[in-house]
Amino acid sequence: MHRLWKHNIFLEKFWFLQQNARSLNSKIPPTPIVKPIEENKLPPRTKIDQKTIDLLERLSLVDFANKKGIERLEDAIRFADQIRVIDTTGVEPMISVLEDRTLYLHDDIVTDGNCRKEVMSNAALTEESYFVAPQGNIPLIPRDSLLTEDENLDQK
Amino acid sequence: MLSLSVRQISRKLQDGVIVPSDVCTACLYQAEKLKKLNIFVRLTKEVAEHQAKESDVRYTNGNVRSLLDGIPVAVKDNYCTRNIETTCSSRMLESFKPPYNATVVQKLQDAGAVLLGKCNMDEFAMGSGTVDSIHGPTKNIWQSGEKYTLLRNVGERATSVEQVQGCNSTHGSKMVYQELHHLSSHSNKEGSSSPSEEGDWFIAGGSSGGSAVAVASGAVFAALGSDTGGSTRNPAAYCGVVGLKPSYGLLSRHGLIPLVNSMDVPGILTRTVDDAATLLNILAGHDLLDSTTVQDSFIPLDLSQDIDISRIRIGIPKEYNCPGMSDEVMETWSGVADILERAGAEVVQVSMPHTPSSIACYSVLNQCEVASNMARYDGIEFGLRTAENRSTEELYASTRSQGFNETVRGRILAGNYFLLQRNYPHYFLQALKVRRLIAQDFTHAWSSGIDVLLTPTTLTDAPRYSQFISRDNREQCASQDYCTQPANMAGNN
Repeated sequence: MHRLWKHNIFLEKFWFLQQNARSLNSKIPPTPIVKPIEENKLPPRTKIDQKTIDLLERLSLVDFANKKGIERLEDAIRFADQIRVIDTTGVEPMISVLEDRTLYLHDDIVTDGNCRKEVMSNAALTEESYFVAPQGNIPLIPRDSLLTEDENLDQK
Repeated sequence: MLSLSVRQISRKLQDGVIVPSDVCTACLYQAEKLKKLNIFVRLTKEVAEHQAKESDVRYTNGNVRSLLDGIPVAVKDNYCTRNIETTCSSRMLESFKPPYNATVVQKLQDAGAVLLGKCNMDEFAMGSGTVDSIHGPTKNIWQSGEKYTLLRNVGERATSVEQVQGCNSTHGSKMVYQELHHLSSHSNKEGSSSPSEEGDWFIAGGSSGGSAVAVASGAVFAALGSDTGGSTRNPAAYCGVVGLKPSYGLLSRHGLIPLVNSMDVPGILTRTVDDAATLLNILAGHDLLDSTTVQDSFIPLDLSQDIDISRIRIGIPKEYNCPGMSDEVMETWSGVADILERAGAEVVQVSMPHTPSSIACYSVLNQCEVASNMARYDGIEFGLRTAENRSTEELYASTRSQGFNETVRGRILAGNYFLLQRNYPHYFLQALKVRRLIAQDFTHAWSSGIDVLLTPTTLTDAPRYSQFISRDNREQCASQDYCTQPANMAGNN
């Protein structure tokens, strides 16, 4: 009895959706054509190791902050993996949409400058007319690995 | 008065019915009244009043500069404005005062427009909700608890061919305005109680949410946003205003703090299509300071001519029906196709087969260019600087960690991952190739005789804030930008 009732509700919903689908303009696709790519077609899900974390932090000069940051990166990579299965044989990379145009060049004449005050107006630290920076070529101090971070540390 | 179009208010100014200073006062009052929506990062009251007074004089003397003279506008907070803080809603630029105006801002000023304020946005334009900002989120005016009056058309809402074809732009826009109002009040009738009672509200969309609400609320008559993956069109859709993404290279990006150099464009937000054309005519054109602007001379648009609809071929790309699209969006898509068909246009279904992979491709290109663009923020020449002085590396790292939010940092790290030597061909180069395939989808459509592609902008109407933040920024952009970013990849409007 319960099964019959459920079946009736199903039919009613089905009919209702069909009604809605029929009332759409014929050129509009009534159902999504897009199907998510099956997991087995994609390359295996990337796991970020400590070496990569260190490398990326050094290159980016921002930190992951916590384990969630690493998961977010892994999700971003997973999302990007979709493009790896597309066949691009013989396709040239497109760097700019204006690739068929010549870039504008102007004559080698000075038309700007003499505005040191404006250029330096937003620097937090200056000395006479110099920007100031600490010493370079000193590597970053390594931190504790984020991969072994506890849940407790997250809540700190 | 505040719901008038640019053309209408300009008429009143020309006729001397009102003066720019009065319009400015009314707009400032409206902006103050709606403070709780958090539209503006900064109201530039003194600047606005000063510019309005100068415009008063021009109208008295009869040397009006343009249709926009004396009319209050707002710009998104990623446009450099001389001596006015430009924060990009980020700690990194919280006290940054550019010594110059962005070219499009300068053009607005030269046209006589009055700058009312800088609008809130997602940090560095990364986001689709205007919720990730150091200044707090911006609320959609619709169903915010603010009272509004519906403008009703004289006569029935147009459904027949003749009324649509024969209407001038003002009439047509009023109809659109009313229909959009109707949609909002309709969802109100579905039984949801006033959001201010529940403590929840509807997002404005992003990342130009502040600009969209500024226009929708009547605080300004037009606003500048920016569009990299849909950042002008998305909030325009959620707030019920017109959002125009011009073709890449038409408007100058000089002074627009960049997100993705190969896709960014300044965006125009107005209440009517006619106004958008007015703004476009003022802002478009080759700029010596932006080498990515095209050198072709710009022919101003003139919408006053009657269009022969029967000569227009409209394409419906079937791949744009994506999972998660609401019934209402589908019905609207269908309804517009019906209207155009009945008016005599030829409506055909077309295929743009690479659309489903477009958003993944966009995410790679976006993150890679971001990784490069954000490298300039090191605390030395401008922006936030921490007290760290053990080494330059430590200074950069600590400044950037404090200055950027999680979304920005996440994109920089992801971008640098894709640019690693071992990943470069599989992700970045591959994405550039897929980009060509996507651009080719558009070229094929145009060359097969299609004049206009008709697609939805967003998957649903504006979601509630609580619903929106249940997924993180990266996840949201990965689904919300589905319909809008292919146009950015191909450069089209």
